[in-house]
Amino acid sequence: MKVEQISVFLENKAGRLAEVSSILAEAGVNIRALSLADTSDFGVLRLIVNDNKKAEESLKSHGFTVGKTDVVAVEVEDKPGGLHKILDLLYKKGINVEYMYAFVQPSGNNAVMIFRFDHLDEAVKILEENGVTVINGSKVYTL
Amino acid sequence: MIYDMEFETLPREALEAIQLRRLQATLDRVYATVPFYRNRFKEAGIMPGDIKSLKDLKLIPFTTKQDLRDNYPFGMFAVPMDNVVRIHASSGTTGQATVVGYTARDINTWAELMARALVAGGASRGDIIHNAYGYGLFTGGLGVHYGAEKLGASVIPVSGGNTKRQIVLMKDFKPTILTSTPSYALHLAEAAEEMGISFHDLNFKFGIFGAEPWSENMRLEIERKLHLTAVDIYGLSEVIGPGVSIECHEAKNGLHIFEDHFIPEIIDPATEEVLPYGQTGELVFTSITKEAFPVIRYRTRDVTSLHPEPCKCGRTMIRMKKVSGRTDDMLIIRGVNVFPSQIESVLMEINEIEPYYQLVLDREGNLDTLTVLVEVGERLFSDEVKRLQELERKIAKNIKEYLGVSADVKLVEPKAIARSEGKAVRVVDKRKI
Ligand SMILES: [Zn+2]
Repeated sequence: MKVEQISVFLENKAGRLAEVSSILAEAGVNIRALSLADTSDFGVLRLIVNDNKKAEESLKSHGFTVGKTDVVAVEVEDKPGGLHKILDLLYKKGINVEYMYAFVQPSGNNAVMIFRFDHLDEAVKILEENGVTVINGSKVYTL
Repeated sequence: MIYDMEFETLPREALEAIQLRRLQATLDRVYATVPFYRNRFKEAGIMPGDIKSLKDLKLIPFTTKQDLRDNYPFGMFAVPMDNVVRIHASSGTTGQATVVGYTARDINTWAELMARALVAGGASRGDIIHNAYGYGLFTGGLGVHYGAEKLGASVIPVSGGNTKRQIVLMKDFKPTILTSTPSYALHLAEAAEEMGISFHDLNFKFGIFGAEPWSENMRLEIERKLHLTAVDIYGLSEVIGPGVSIECHEAKNGLHIFEDHFIPEIIDPATEEVLPYGQTGELVFTSITKEAFPVIRYRTRDVTSLHPEPCKCGRTMIRMKKVSGRTDDMLIIRGVNVFPSQIESVLMEINEIEPYYQLVLDREGNLDTLTVLVEVGERLFSDEVKRLQELERKIAKNIKEYLGVSADVKLVEPKAIARSEGKAVRVVDKRKI
C-alpha cells in the first residue's frame, strides 16, 4: 500500500530545481509527481518517480543528499468536497497529515493525492475501512 | 592496574604539598642556572622566594615556543653539557627546531612516567609491545621504548615505515599492544586488509595512540578496524615527550596528567588569565622534577580543559580533555573566545558524526556576526521542512548555551563548503578591522 517517495535537499538558489530535473531526464527517469517546500534558505523537493533506484543513484552521484520516505497515494473523487471528506475523516481519527500534494495523472475518473502521515499504517487502515481507495506502489509508479 | 600505586593515587593535599616543594626547588634552580629565566623573573620583579603557595605560580611570566627558539640550541639547559645524556629535537617545520636535553635522572623519570602510561593504557609485564612510533630525534619511539623496558614488557622497536614487514611481524610475533600515531594505525589496518590479513586474527588488546590530534570518531574507526581498545596519550618534547598524560583504559574519558611531575594550568590565550576547572583554554605546563630542561609556565598552544572529578580507575591525578585544537585557531567574536573545535563538539553532539561545517564571520555596523554553515548529509536530512528548521534552531541554541555567542545557522548542500586538501575550510573571516 505504501509508495516510496524520494526527497532531495536543495539550497534556495536559482537553477537548482532545473538541475535536478535535467539529471533525472538524463538518467531516463520519469517524474510522476513532485512538490517543493521551501524556506528563505533551503527547500525540500519530494518526488514520485518511475525508477527510484536510478533516480537515487544519479542524484547522489551528482552530490545531492537524497532521502526516502514511505507515503500513501489516495484516490480523491474529482468533485467538490472530495478532498475535504478525506481530511475530515483523518482529522476525526486524530491522524496528522505532515504534507500532501497532487499527482499529475488521474486514476480513471479520480484525482490522485500523495499523503505523508505521522502514523502511516493506521492511516491506511482508516482510509480503507471508510471506502477510500489507496493505490499500491507498483501501480503508482506506472500511472 | 596502576603502576605507581603510591603516587598515582595521592590524596590532593599530599600531592599539592609535593608539588609546592618541587616547584620551589625548580624555580631556585632555573633562577641560578638559566640566564633566560633569571632575566624574565627580574623583569617581572619577582624572586623564586616569592612563590609561597601553588596559587603564586600565576605571578611568574610565561615561556613560549619563541623563547625556546631564541635560545637555540642549548640556551635553556639548566645543567652543564657534561650531565646531558640525551638530546631530542622537534622537526621545526615552521622556523627553527626546538631542542631539549635530558640528564640520566630525566631519562629515568621519563621511563617511569611512560611505564605508568602504558599500564594505564592496558599494558602489563607480560605484554609484547609493537612500537611503531618513529625512533630518532622525535621523542615518540624512544619514549615508549624506555617505558616498556622499565615496565618489563617485551618491546619490538619496529619504528615507522616498511608497513608490509610490520604486518608480517605482527602475524609472527603476536604483539598484544600497539603504539603508534592514530593515522599510522589506520594505515596499518588498510595495509593488512590488502595483504588479506585480518586484525581479528591478530592478538592486539590495546592500542596507545598519540602525537597528533584525533577525534572520537577516529577512535571508533580504529577500534573497529584493529579490533582493540584505543586510548589517547599526550606529550610534547618541550615538557618531556609522550607520557605527560594518558587516558586510562577503564574510563577512556580524559587524560590523567602526572601532576607530581607537571603542574597544568588552563589560561585564556588572549588575556593570559588563569581559568577555573572545566573551562576551555590554552594548556600551560610547569615541569617540577626535570633537571636538564625545566620549563616554567610553558604555553603549549593546545586547547583543552581540566577536570578534577574522581575517576573510576582510582587515579587521583586530574584529567584533561582530549586536545581539541590549537590556540592559533582561536576566534574572538563580540569579545568571546571561540574555538572552531567547540562548535564541532556541539554539532557532533547533535549529529553523532563530524559534519562539514564552516564559520563565517562578518561585521554589521560595529557588531560581529557569526554564521555557521552546516552541510546536510543523509543523517541530518529529513523530508519535512519543519524538522530541518528545528535542527537549525537547536544548533543555534546549543552554540549560544555552550559558547555564549549567538549564531545564525544555515543548512547547505553537500560539498557547498570549500575544501582544501579534502578538509573543509573551517573559518572565513570577512571582518575588516
Ligand atoms: Zn582514570
